[in-house]
Amino acid sequence: MGKKSKRGDITLSFIPYSDIEKLDSVYRVKKILDMTLKNQIVILQGRLEPEEETSLIQSTMALVGRIKNFKGIEIAVINPGKESQGFISKIKFGIARALVGQRDALTIVGPASLVKEIKRDPKKIDLMLKR
Amino acid sequence: MVFGKIKGFFGRMFSGLFGKQKEFSLGFYGPPNAGKTSLANRICKDWTGEEMGSVSKIPHETRSVQFKEKVDIDYNGKKLEMKIIDTPGIATKIDYEDFLKFGMKKKDSQKRAKEATQGVIDSIKWLDDVNAVVVVVDSTMNPYSQVNITIVGNLVARKIPVLVVGNKTDLRKSDMKRLESAFPEYDVIGISAKFGKGMDKFYDALFKLANKV
Repeated sequence: MGKKSKRGDITLSFIPYSDIEKLDSVYRVKKILDMTLKNQIVILQGRLEPEEETSLIQSTMALVGRIKNFKGIEIAVINPGKESQGFISKIKFGIARALVGQRDALTIVGPASLVKEIKRDPKKIDLMLKR
Repeated sequence: MVFGKIKGFFGRMFSGLFGKQKEFSLGFYGPPNAGKTSLANRICKDWTGEEMGSVSKIPHETRSVQFKEKVDIDYNGKKLEMKIIDTPGIATKIDYEDFLKFGMKKKDSQKRAKEATQGVIDSIKWLDDVNAVVVVVDSTMNPYSQVNITIVGNLVARKIPVLVVGNKTDLRKSDMKRLESAFPEYDVIGISAKFGKGMDKFYDALFKLANKV
């Protein structure tokens, strides 16, 4: 668990998929939001469900302006299987998804006060921090 | 599946002959400043003679959900009556200081930010009340933003038909190929809402979208 210290160090917090797998949607969103409110950059193995992503955005917006210096979040998901174009690849990806769930994706969430931008293109994520 | 298609065909035929067709609610979604209201205005101007809302270079100009009932489109012999729902831009962060750069006063910027956060919450709530969605994105920007992906992901999960529109094709930085490659499973149309460019293709795609409902 980490945050930007007075020296300017930044620590990333990793959440393995097993930590959120059995949580209800509300607690998944709460866990991520609580960590970003503590100025931590969260790296989540896997991804949230689409409804959970919108719930995270709604909860974030409800807190902007109510919590001092909280301006929202930056979020990006990289999903390697999603970019498979071939039919066979898609079938393979579908089988893998059925077996292991959403854990092949990677989600990065950070407080907007710390993370300037997360640039995403199909195969990589660039995390740009504020000085 | 075949039975479903036959049932759907007769359902549409009989509702057209004997009953009033269910209202078609079309939502406009997307990130701030993509041109949702500009496109909604263009459609409303084309078919009702009136615009829908104000537009601005300052992000989050639309901060509450806006409606236009009974927009009757009569295009190439095809007719469609719809309700347009123009939503505030969806964002994951809102900083009032960003509005100061546009010359706004601090108090006004803070008010705008507060209204904009509520607008995002309302936009998402309205996902439950639309039949189909036009996702409007700025074709000059990176299409792989999480907001775009989250919106489309939610629509797919709710089985709401989607049309992706890349706006601002009149600008030099517009890159429709990049946008098409970001959404390979959807119809992607390029337009300039400001100048009315590409609207023919848009209306063709809109009728196709309405048929999926």
